[in-house]
Amino acid sequence: MSKPLVVFDKVEKRFAEFTAVKPTSFEIAEGEFLAIMGPSGCGKTTTLRMLAGLEAPTGGEIRLDGKVMNHVKPHERDTPMVWQSLALFPFMNARENVEFGLKMRGVDSATRRNKALEWLERLGIGQFAERNVAKLSGGQRQRVALARSLVTEPRILLLDEPLSALDAHLVIRMQSVLTKLQKELGITFVYVTHSQSEAFAMADRVIIMAQGEIAQIGKAKDIYRAPANKFVAEFVGRNNIFEGKVAARKDDAVTVETKLGSFTVPASAAPAAQPGQPLSFVVAADLVQVSTRKPTADNVVACQLISEQFMGTTVTLFLEAEDGSEIKVQIGQRELETLDLGHGGKIYASWPPSRAHVLGN
Amino acid sequence: MTSDKTLRWGLYAYILIAFCFIFTPIIWSFIFSFNSDRFPTLPLGHFTLHWYQTVLGRPEVIEAAWTSLIVAVCSSLLSTFIGFCTAYTDHRYNFMFKQAYLALAMLPPTIPLIIMALAMLSWLAQIGLSGQVISIIIAHTVLGAPFAMAVIRLRLNDMDPNLEAASWNLGASEWRTMWEVVIPFAKPSIIAALCLTAAVSFDEFAVAWFVSGLNKTIPVVILEILQGNVDPQINAIGTFVFVISITLIVIAEMMMSSKEKKEGVPQ
Repeated sequence: MSKPLVVFDKVEKRFAEFTAVKPTSFEIAEGEFLAIMGPSGCGKTTTLRMLAGLEAPTGGEIRLDGKVMNHVKPHERDTPMVWQSLALFPFMNARENVEFGLKMRGVDSATRRNKALEWLERLGIGQFAERNVAKLSGGQRQRVALARSLVTEPRILLLDEPLSALDAHLVIRMQSVLTKLQKELGITFVYVTHSQSEAFAMADRVIIMAQGEIAQIGKAKDIYRAPANKFVAEFVGRNNIFEGKVAARKDDAVTVETKLGSFTVPASAAPAAQPGQPLSFVVAADLVQVSTRKPTADNVVACQLISEQFMGTTVTLFLEAEDGSEIKVQIGQRELETLDLGHGGKIYASWPPSRAHVLGN
Repeated sequence: MTSDKTLRWGLYAYILIAFCFIFTPIIWSFIFSFNSDRFPTLPLGHFTLHWYQTVLGRPEVIEAAWTSLIVAVCSSLLSTFIGFCTAYTDHRYNFMFKQAYLALAMLPPTIPLIIMALAMLSWLAQIGLSGQVISIIIAHTVLGAPFAMAVIRLRLNDMDPNLEAASWNLGASEWRTMWEVVIPFAKPSIIAALCLTAAVSFDEFAVAWFVSGLNKTIPVVILEILQGNVDPQINAIGTFVFVISITLIVIAEMMMSSKEKKEGVPQ
């Protein structure tokens, strides 16, 4: 990773009644695609707005390219943003919207006109340049908003849930437009979203925030396979969470007693666990196997099939264990066809101990 | 379904009757302004422009028309400016006693005009500003500002709260944003407010009568002519005033409703 472009150093934002962002530190590298994800009210948008200068931090320091930005006015920084509501100027046509940033920088009208048209062309909406933005479709408006933010050739682009108003098929299209742009331009994207699929699909690194704090920061795959704590495991979904107490510790395995029975996890995954201590672990839904005959190995739960959620090539099975707790299993559609599950009989969910990931607290 | 239809036609009839009730006197006066008879009686005499010619021959009427025009233009500009500022502070800021501030800004139309007129007269006399054109302008600005504020506030309420922030974000200072974003966005309502407050000023009698002194406006002159006798010239002036006011109001209405058509967003 090259040198950091953005540094958040113990940045805090308190409002009169509540703390939106607790002292938070992280860095964003030049040219990185970073997603900040979390449920609503977790502080992700406030974090972004602080970076744009629309909120002033009440503590800590934000540095952009080494310069402290805490009290720099929004119009004095070059941190253009794509808004959730797009915030296009309704009384201007597409080209005039794109020209706005250049006009504010005193660029002469011929140059800014050419640049604006160039960008609209690049985003595939050149033919709508003279059209009023109210008369464009959602996807076209999205592109105008992108062009408007990029026309000044910034080093960093902020995106605040830009795709949340689009139809599902357009979201996928725009995701590839965004990732392609980011790679081509080589600039830093900071992308705030509540959608895991958007964040995981596009970002180099993901920050997961909860209640004003960073719950985990890392590559999408690491967050998915190795959630740091219960919040992340639940937020990411498609995880089965088991909570219990350490019953015994052997050289290579730790036995965990839960209300569903006892399971083993590799000792290396829980190096500090001692008998009597609480311990939680997760098994990702796609790492659980199912069968109609009881396997002889460890880590088996007898279940009843409750429902299936068909998602194309994969299917998520929702199973219910004897004590009523839910177990999610994700398997391939073709694999499911060979299993012959639908007869109301017992189904055994199982996983090798090495698939269990032990959670921190 | 049948009862729905009956109801609908009933409502249409009701609207028709209401409009007749409001507009018959005006149409009446319009017709008699072109009638040759001295008194408004049926059957009508023949068509004439005589009353318009005599009105135009009276210097005090022409002078009053100029005064009215100057007052309407100045007070509409001033009250729209004040109205815009009030509406914008309401849109942009939250502060203590904001409700009281807004209530105060809305207050003038709720005061009986005659009380307002007396208060204006005594206050303007106190500071040595009574009996001049500027006194009518001041008084009409006070009367018009709440209307301007109400119209502009409605429009600003429709503005995406991120629109200004987006402008700052793209490098425009707060002042620049005011010129480049807020005022263009509010433009239809600003024009509507100008027309509306000009109409309010143009029609207003009571306050103008009290504070105008020798600088009479059109409504004041009408009363003075009326006090002498019943004269069809009044019908001619009335028609003229009505046409101007209704034109202003129609422009204001068109401005206020055009934005909805323009921003009907297709997805």
